[in-house]
Amino acid sequence: MTFRRYLVLGVVAVTAPLGDTLLSAGMQTIGPVSLHHLSLLIYAVRTPQILMGIALLIAFFASYLASLSWADLTYVLPATSIGNVIVALLARFWRHEQISPARWMGILLITAAVGFVARGPSYTVTNNEASASELAAAGSAPDARRPS
Amino acid sequence: MHSPQHLWADAAMIAAIVIFATIGDVMIAAAMRAIGDLDDIKAARGLSGAILAVLGSLRFVSGVFFMALSFFSLLFALSHADLSLVAPASASLTFVTNAVAAKIFLHENVDRRRWIAAVFVCAGVILMAH
Repeated sequence: MTFRRYLVLGVVAVTAPLGDTLLSAGMQTIGPVSLHHLSLLIYAVRTPQILMGIALLIAFFASYLASLSWADLTYVLPATSIGNVIVALLARFWRHEQISPARWMGILLITAAVGFVARGPSYTVTNNEASASELAAAGSAPDARRPS
Repeated sequence: MHSPQHLWADAAMIAAIVIFATIGDVMIAAAMRAIGDLDDIKAARGLSGAILAVLGSLRFVSGVFFMALSFFSLLFALSHADLSLVAPASASLTFVTNAVAAKIFLHENVDRRRWIAAVFVCAGVILMAH
């Protein structure tokens, strides 16, 4: 794992909760959308908060896909869960909301889980990939993958 | 107090969300593993080449389809059951089912460290929903 890859995982963790929060804030300014006034949704897309929210969620999906191309699903998923922690910390220190002891306990558990996984290997090399890697080392398979 | 029918209906809706989300996650992860390191593809064929490699994968498109099914199951469940039950239950269960599915179908090395992490995240999500 290089610093750049940790940065991509950081983008995965941060963009999802921020995007969701911006969409939520944007839709609150629009108000409830009824089935008879679905055109309001087109208007909603033009509001800056919703546009930024959509941009962040696109960034999330792109970085999520990139991370799955060089790390295991069971390595990337705990990183996405740190988003819950970020939302709670934003609520506490930015919005000055109260956080119950149970929620602090939840924050602690999720953070510990991410710490556990981050200390382990990020990628499982399958038998096929291992033999492809050996062939590449011998110079006959130039496109073999080299997991970090 | 909910009737047994309500409890079964809630459980079935949560199960649908979890199963579709797990199939979607595993198919997308399998697609990305088969496509290869996106950084290498981008370096060789540019950003458009990387996007085409992803969108051209049937497994990826199928994964997105199942994620969409999971999303619509969530919307359906939210119109019948409480958000405080459906959201944390489905999110936390998905972590455990993903770990099991990743071990069986993706042959990932889900060691003790990752099992503990899946259970911790599962418990953490439930606690944070309070």
